Amino acid sequence: MLEVRDLSVEIAAGREKLRVVEGVSFSVGRGEAVGLVGESGSGKSMSAFAILNLFPSPHARIAGGDIWLEGRNLRGLSAREWRGVRGAQIGMVFQDPSSYLDPLIPVGRQVAETLRAHGRNEGAEARVLELLDLMELPSPAEVARKYPHELSGGMRQRILIAAALALRPALLIADEPTTALDVTVQAGILDLLTRLRVELDLGILLITHDLGVVAETCQQVHVMYAGTIVEQNEVGALFRQPRHPYSQGLLGSMLGPDSRAGNLFSIPGSVPGARDMPAGCRFHPRCPIFQPGLCDTGEPALVDRTGGGSDRCRRSGEFDNAWRRTA
Amino acid sequence: MSTPILEARSVSQLFPIRSRQRLFARTVMQRAVDGISVSIHPGEVVALVGESGSGKSTLGRMLLGLLPPSEGSIHFRGEPVAGLSGDAARRFRREVQVVFQDTGASLNPRHTIGQSVALPLQHNLRLPAGEVGRRVDTLLDQVGLAPARFRERLPHELSGGQRQRVGIARALASEPSVIIADEPVSALDVSVRAQVLELLDRLRRQRQLAYLFITHDLGVVRALADRVLVMQGGQLVESGEVDALLTSPQHAYTQRLLAATPVPDPARQAQRLAQALAGRPA
Amino acid sequence: MWFVARRLLHAVPLLFCVVVLNFVLIAATPGDPVTILVGDFPAPPGYVEQVKREFGLDQPIYVQLMRYLGHVLTGDLGYSFANRQPVSTLILGRLAATLELTLTALLLASLLGIALGMLAARWRGSWLDSGVQGIASTGYSIPDFWLGQLLILVFSIWLGWLPSQGNMSVRGAPEGFAGFLDHLRYLLLPALALSFRYLALIARITRAAMLEVLSADFILAARSRGASETSVMITHALRNAAAPVITVIGYNLGFILAGSALIETVFGWPGIGRLLFDSISRRDYPVMMAILLMVSVTVVLANLATDILHRAIDPRVGDR
Repeated sequence: MLEVRDLSVEIAAGREKLRVVEGVSFSVGRGEAVGLVGESGSGKSMSAFAILNLFPSPHARIAGGDIWLEGRNLRGLSAREWRGVRGAQIGMVFQDPSSYLDPLIPVGRQVAETLRAHGRNEGAEARVLELLDLMELPSPAEVARKYPHELSGGMRQRILIAAALALRPALLIADEPTTALDVTVQAGILDLLTRLRVELDLGILLITHDLGVVAETCQQVHVMYAGTIVEQNEVGALFRQPRHPYSQGLLGSMLGPDSRAGNLFSIPGSVPGARDMPAGCRFHPRCPIFQPGLCDTGEPALVDRTGGGSDRCRRSGEFDNAWRRTA
Repeated sequence: MSTPILEARSVSQLFPIRSRQRLFARTVMQRAVDGISVSIHPGEVVALVGESGSGKSTLGRMLLGLLPPSEGSIHFRGEPVAGLSGDAARRFRREVQVVFQDTGASLNPRHTIGQSVALPLQHNLRLPAGEVGRRVDTLLDQVGLAPARFRERLPHELSGGQRQRVGIARALASEPSVIIADEPVSALDVSVRAQVLELLDRLRRQRQLAYLFITHDLGVVRALADRVLVMQGGQLVESGEVDALLTSPQHAYTQRLLAATPVPDPARQAQRLAQALAGRPA
Repeated sequence: MWFVARRLLHAVPLLFCVVVLNFVLIAATPGDPVTILVGDFPAPPGYVEQVKREFGLDQPIYVQLMRYLGHVLTGDLGYSFANRQPVSTLILGRLAATLELTLTALLLASLLGIALGMLAARWRGSWLDSGVQGIASTGYSIPDFWLGQLLILVFSIWLGWLPSQGNMSVRGAPEGFAGFLDHLRYLLLPALALSFRYLALIARITRAAMLEVLSADFILAARSRGASETSVMITHALRNAAAPVITVIGYNLGFILAGSALIETVFGWPGIGRLLFDSISRRDYPVMMAILLMVSVTVVLANLATDILHRAIDPRVGDR
């Protein structure tokens, strides 16, 4: 349904143009949840904003690639046509539900904004109540009249989801939808997203830094590092047997039931900025199995591997865990 | 057992809520923290767990002396904090330090990293100028920031993880005996989080430093804490040794919290799906 | 609304202080009111004593104050000897003219200022934006009385389009709608001169507030729902930017009133400002005090109106 090919995003910083996303490709099918995982600076959020051609900064723009949505290439749409896509075919929810709701407008009207923006004024109120009910909000009519500050964080996020799904788009982009919420509230939102995915046959692109969230909600995972996808696989396979040293390191730095201070793992170094991107494999300065001559020349391609999935490591498959050098 | 460094004796915090629906406002008091006792001993890590609005940050602010308790009292090395003055008060302010979730926001954007870390050395310890420079370098080194590279930088030139370390270095500069850490790692990327946790643990062993860790991340609690206190609605609902409490939680809220924490195991998906489809209230 | 009642109740001690302060300040200024009553020429001492006794000026200052307060409470603002009229009659006669001038200036400044600020924010960085910012910085640095004289020079003396003094044609003012138009011709220049500074201020604040709101997260969210730029500007940005703009407008009303004293003098506008100017030069104390009290009441009311508007716009204000 959604097919992103070779997407690049750049940010103009003075005269310079910084490529924050480089050649990213992925697809999302109906009723499928796809996770885009990465740390800050990996370009995961920028990739998501690019699908709507809508960026938080006026200096960012799509620099290349194609975005196919249900057979139509969105690249080359006019500003007006893009607006027709936003909200109608693709909905989006964001990280901090309190700052993404207008504090001065009752939440019901913000949900209705999606309908009105696309000229669906008739029966908007009834539809809003129906949506709030779908979001498992108690007494929808009452909630609709409330202002954002009168609702809890979890309820606000449900309002944002309702607004995003008002026109039944085929795709929902969720950018860190639960990061700002309490763990118990997060669980409720994740359950809701899962239910909506199944019941509405909704495609979900979930942007997150939390591997736990991905593991519990997504079917496909793309791991991003420094603006590129370094590994892609079906969720079970990726967690069972990550191939790229970065994915392995990322999984290793999660705190599990046996993690105690003293044995905690972390990836040394830090994510490179778009200005000083290393030549060759972008991860090589931090990589435990870096091989001079092999890893620092020419950007490695994303290669499909036998047994499913793909990754960008030239030494892929040599180690089960590159950090412990176990074969 | 030794005297605790920092102790809260059945403290409560009441916030006035004014209802203005009449000519003369009537004030109703709300209990943000309701009769809680905590003690923190040297070298001990106590975790304070609860959802937002549970009163955990309010308790932290009372322990820091930023908010006088409405009821009960805070004790520093056995002495009531409210009665401290002069040298004793200075000692309290020096020995009890804080690290926030985003320390970057609390760093002066125009001060270099070196200046930010030097400030408590000059003010709290009154060190001579030459000694300050040397101490700044040691501290930066301790938190894993190469002094030569970072001393002259400004906060905005640093990543979130690096700024967080600067915040820790600044807290350490005063040679504290206890650090109140309010979500110190939740804004950090996973790959960096472990580094900061290891740093905090190393400092605790080297300096007998004690922490009160305010967090909602059970992984962090398990990795670092000795004891956990679980708060809900301003009250302490459960407390105990970390391993015991997390293995067999007694209180319903703690159980819910444990069940809700995502686990990096796709096998749980099927269970979640069933739960999601069944969980809908009719 | 209890809120309004409570705010009005709060205003009472404030106004009381204003009255007392005015009284004390004026009593402390050099110059003896008796001189004005009996005239500047050397009067026989017995006559001066008699006048003093008659007007209670021989009493201690606090007694004078108490008596003045008592009069003010009963609505008696005193008697202007310079004008041979009760102060209240005098002020009421001028009030309409001043309200007309200041409210027109305020309306002009608000409407144009908000419109210009919005346009500048919408097309940020364009020539339009630079133009508005140019107007804003000049408007803020030009003294209004000087601008008034400039306007008179250009439009009355050089071009001869508009009258320079007064508020209506003295000889044969037309009746009905023509009279209204005639009146507008007189109003235009002083209102413009008085409003320019505030227009500049409001345009600048509106632009800044709009730009800040436009970078807010909820604007991005609205765009992600497919809302058009115009709808984003009007439903979200303007509303959220309104709070600082209204504050600036409301709290500057006092300054507009103060500015009108000079403008009314420059344009010969028969309003309170001119009355104040005249009464200061004539040391007509009862009139001065009454005008100061009136200005204070206006400022208090303007602030109250500002707060009420805030509450109407922002649901977060007030219920906590």
